[in-house]
Amino acid sequence: MTARSIRGTVAAALAGSLALTAVACSNPDSGSGDGGGDQESAVVGIAYEPDSLSPLLGYGKDGNSKLFDGLLTVDGDMNLKPALASALPEVTADGMTYTYRLRDDVKFSDGKPFSAADVVFTYRTILDPGTNNPSKTELAAIEDVTAKDENTVVFTLKYPYAPFAQRTVLPIAPEHVAGKQDVNSGPFTSKPVGTGPYLLTNWSKGEKISFKANPDYWGGEATVKKFTMAIIKDDDIRATRLRAGDLDGAILPPNLAKGFKDDKGRKTYAATTYDYRTVTLPTHNKVAGDTAVRRALDVAVDRETMVDKILDGAGRAAYGPVPTDSEWFTKGTERPHDLAKAGKILDEAGWRTGEDGVRTKDGVRASFPLWYLTGDKLRQDHALAYASDAKKAGIDIKTQAGTWEVIEPRMKTDAVLAGGGAPGDPDFDQFSLLNSGLAGDGFNNMAWYDNPAVDKALDTGRESGDKPARKAAYDTVQRELAKDPGYTFLTHIDHIYVVNDTWGTLTTQVEPHDHGLASGPWWNVEKWARTP
Amino acid sequence: MARMTGRRMLFAAPVLLVVTFGVFAVAAASPFDPVKAYAGTAGLTASQETLDQLRANLGVDQALVPRWWEWLTSAVTGDLGDSSVMRRPVADVITERLGWSVLLATTAFVLAILLGTALGVAAARRPGGWLDRGVSAAAYTLEAAPAFWLGLLAIWFFALRLDVLPAGGLTDSGSDIVTFGQVASHLVLPAAVLGVSQMPWFYLYVRQGVADALEEDPVRGARARGLSERTVLLSHAWRSGMLPMLTLIGSRVPELITGALLIETVFSWPGIAAATVQAATSVDFPLLAALTVLATAAVLVGNLLSDLLYGLADPRVGFDG
Repeated sequence: MTARSIRGTVAAALAGSLALTAVACSNPDSGSGDGGGDQESAVVGIAYEPDSLSPLLGYGKDGNSKLFDGLLTVDGDMNLKPALASALPEVTADGMTYTYRLRDDVKFSDGKPFSAADVVFTYRTILDPGTNNPSKTELAAIEDVTAKDENTVVFTLKYPYAPFAQRTVLPIAPEHVAGKQDVNSGPFTSKPVGTGPYLLTNWSKGEKISFKANPDYWGGEATVKKFTMAIIKDDDIRATRLRAGDLDGAILPPNLAKGFKDDKGRKTYAATTYDYRTVTLPTHNKVAGDTAVRRALDVAVDRETMVDKILDGAGRAAYGPVPTDSEWFTKGTERPHDLAKAGKILDEAGWRTGEDGVRTKDGVRASFPLWYLTGDKLRQDHALAYASDAKKAGIDIKTQAGTWEVIEPRMKTDAVLAGGGAPGDPDFDQFSLLNSGLAGDGFNNMAWYDNPAVDKALDTGRESGDKPARKAAYDTVQRELAKDPGYTFLTHIDHIYVVNDTWGTLTTQVEPHDHGLASGPWWNVEKWARTP
Repeated sequence: MARMTGRRMLFAAPVLLVVTFGVFAVAAASPFDPVKAYAGTAGLTASQETLDQLRANLGVDQALVPRWWEWLTSAVTGDLGDSSVMRRPVADVITERLGWSVLLATTAFVLAILLGTALGVAAARRPGGWLDRGVSAAAYTLEAAPAFWLGLLAIWFFALRLDVLPAGGLTDSGSDIVTFGQVASHLVLPAAVLGVSQMPWFYLYVRQGVADALEEDPVRGARARGLSERTVLLSHAWRSGMLPMLTLIGSRVPELITGALLIETVFSWPGIAAATVQAATSVDFPLLAALTVLATAAVLVGNLLSDLLYGLADPRVGFDG
C-alpha cells in the first residue's frame, strides 16, 4: 500500500465514521413537529433529576407526579382530597381497615381502564421484597391490600395508624403494563403509562423532562399544554438561564434569588417547609447525653441570627420537627436565645468553667465532635454557627466534614448535623426521630433518643383517630422534647423560587426536605393561567 | 498497516481485562456505599430492614472476584447487566447517550486540531512576531483556565450579554423535537469551549515543531534551491514539524474525555458525563465497568490512530515497528 492510497483510505474511513455518528445522533422524530406556536407552554429549571419515573420504585410518592394520580391528593391548603378515589376513605372504628371507593371513569393514557386491580398491584409490588423501592418503609403499616370488587379497595393494617390516608397519595401504576416487566429495570421506569394530567413526551436524561397535556384527563385537560422541566444542577447556570429568558421559572438559593428582587417581570416565592436542620445529641455520648448540656445548648444557640445570616432571612427558627407556623405546633415551647440561662443551667448541674474556658464535670470535658455532610455548604454554615454559639456557653464542639459512609458508624456517639422533614402528618418526622424503638435503625433516631413519656405519646398520636386526642399527644411530645432536647433543632428552611409574572400570582404547598419534581409553584402547573 | 492494527487489537484484549478488573477492585475499595447511593434521601428515613433488603437485591455483598467474573462472562455474551443507579439495562443507558458525547467530543477535537495547527504554523513562521506572542500568551492562559470556568464565561458572554447562542441543552428548553438546526446551534458553545480548551497543546506543539523544522537542513536546502517561502513552509517544514503533534492526538484523548465530562455538565448536554459521575459515586459496578471499557477503547484507538498517522507522515517510521 502506498502512502497516498492509505491516506485516501483513512480519509474515507474518517468521513464515513463522522457521517455514521451524525446519523446515529439524529432523532427519529426529527422534523415531524406540529409547530403550534400559540399553545400555552412553560419551562422551569429544577436542580434534581428523578432516578426513575416508576411509582413502583418511589417516583412521585408524595403526590404531584404529573404523570400519575394517587387514590388521594393534597390541595393548596394541605388538605387531603379524593383523586382516583371517589371519596375520602371509610375507616373502621379500630383504625385498622381503610376502604376506598374508586372512580369508574378513569383510563390510563394507553386507553385501558383503571380499576381496583391496579391499586392492589401497585401496593403489593412496592411491598414485595424483590422490589428495590427505598421508600417502602413508609408503607410498613400495611398488612394486606385487596380488591373487594372492581371499584373498591380495602387496606388492612398491622396496627392502628392514623396518618395512613396521607400515604395513599402514592401514584398508581397500570398492572397491564408494569406487571409484565422487570420492576427494577424494565422500560416502564423511563416510559411511564399513567392516569395523570400530563403524558411524557421525552425524557432526555441529564437535560430535561418534557410533558404534554393529557387530552382525556379525567379531571379536565390541563391549561398549560406543554410543560418542560429543564434539569440544571448548577445554581449559577440555572440563574443565568432564567435571566436569559430560557426558563419561565426556577428554584434558586436565597443569595441568587436576591438578584431578581428588583426584576419587574419576575416574582419571587418563598415556600414554607418542614425542611429542618438539627444537631443530634447522642444519648450515648457522656457530654451530649447529659440533660443539662442539652438544655443549655438549646438556649445558647442563636437561631434568629442563623436565619438572618445563613438563610438570608428565608426561613424560621425551629424548636422541633414541627414548624412554628403549623397547626400541630405547641405554642409556648419556643426557647428564645438566652446565653445567661445556659450558663446558669450548666452551673447548677455542676459543669464548672476550666482554665481554657471549657467546662468540666467529674473530670469529663464538655466537648464532643459534630459531623456535617462534605460539600453541603448550608449544613457546614449551620454547624460552624452552632459550634461558635456553644463555645460562648463553655462547650467545645469540634466540627468535622465527612460523607455518610464516614458518619454512619459514628452516629451512636458523635453529633451530626442532620436534615429532613416530611409535611402532612406530625407522626412522620416525630416518630422516626424520637421513638426509642427506632434508635440506630438505619438513619432513624440518629441520636438514640430515649424518653418513655415521648414513646407513649407518639404511640397515642399515631393510633388515635381523634384529632383533639392526637393534638394533645403531640403537645406532650413537644413539651417533653423541650425538657430533654435530645436534638438541638436550628432552622426550618424556606425554598425559594423565581417565576415570570406573566403567570399571575402562583401558590406553593408546604414542602418536604426532599424537593423534587412535586414541589415549587409548579405543583399545580396544570391549572396555571396567564394574566391577560 | 493491517498487521499492526491486528496486533494492537490482540494486545487490547488483555489490557481491557486488566482495566475492568482494576475498576472492580477500585470500586470495591471505594468508601462509597452503593446502597446509600441507590436509596438517596429516601434511605435516610428507610428502616434498616429495607436497607438490608436492598443490599441483598443489588448483590452488593458479593466478593470481588466472583462478581467480576460474573460480569465478564455475561458481558462477553453481550449482556452488560442492569445499571442500579439508572434503573435501566446498561446497554440502554449507553446507547441513549453515547452518540451525543461522541458528536460533542469529535467536533471539539477536530476544531482543536484545525485551529491549533493553523495558528501554530502561522506563529512559527515569525517566531517572536505579534501573532506568535499574542496567541502563545493566550494559549498559556487557556491551558491554565479550567474548562468549566470557560464554559460559564462563554454562557455569560454569548447567551446572556449578546443573546446570540443558547445557554445549554440539546434543543431549546421548550422544544421536544430534535432538529439539525437546533442541535447545530446548541452544539456551537460547548464544542467551541471544549475545542478551545484543548487547543493550546496542539498549538504549542505545532508551533515548536514547525519552528524547529524551519531551522533544519532540508529547509535550508529547499531555500537554497530557491523554492518559494510558501512551498518551504507548507511542504517541508510543516510536514516534519507535525510529527510530534500526531503523537499528541493519541495522548490527548483521555484529556478530551475528562474535559467533555465537565463541559457536558455545564451545558446540560445529554451525553454520558452525568452517567459516568453517577456511576462512579454510586459504585454502580456494571455501568462503571462498561463506561471504563469504552474510555479505554477510545484511548487505545487514539494511540493506534496516531501511530498510523505517524507512519503515513514520516516515511522513516514503518508500520511494523
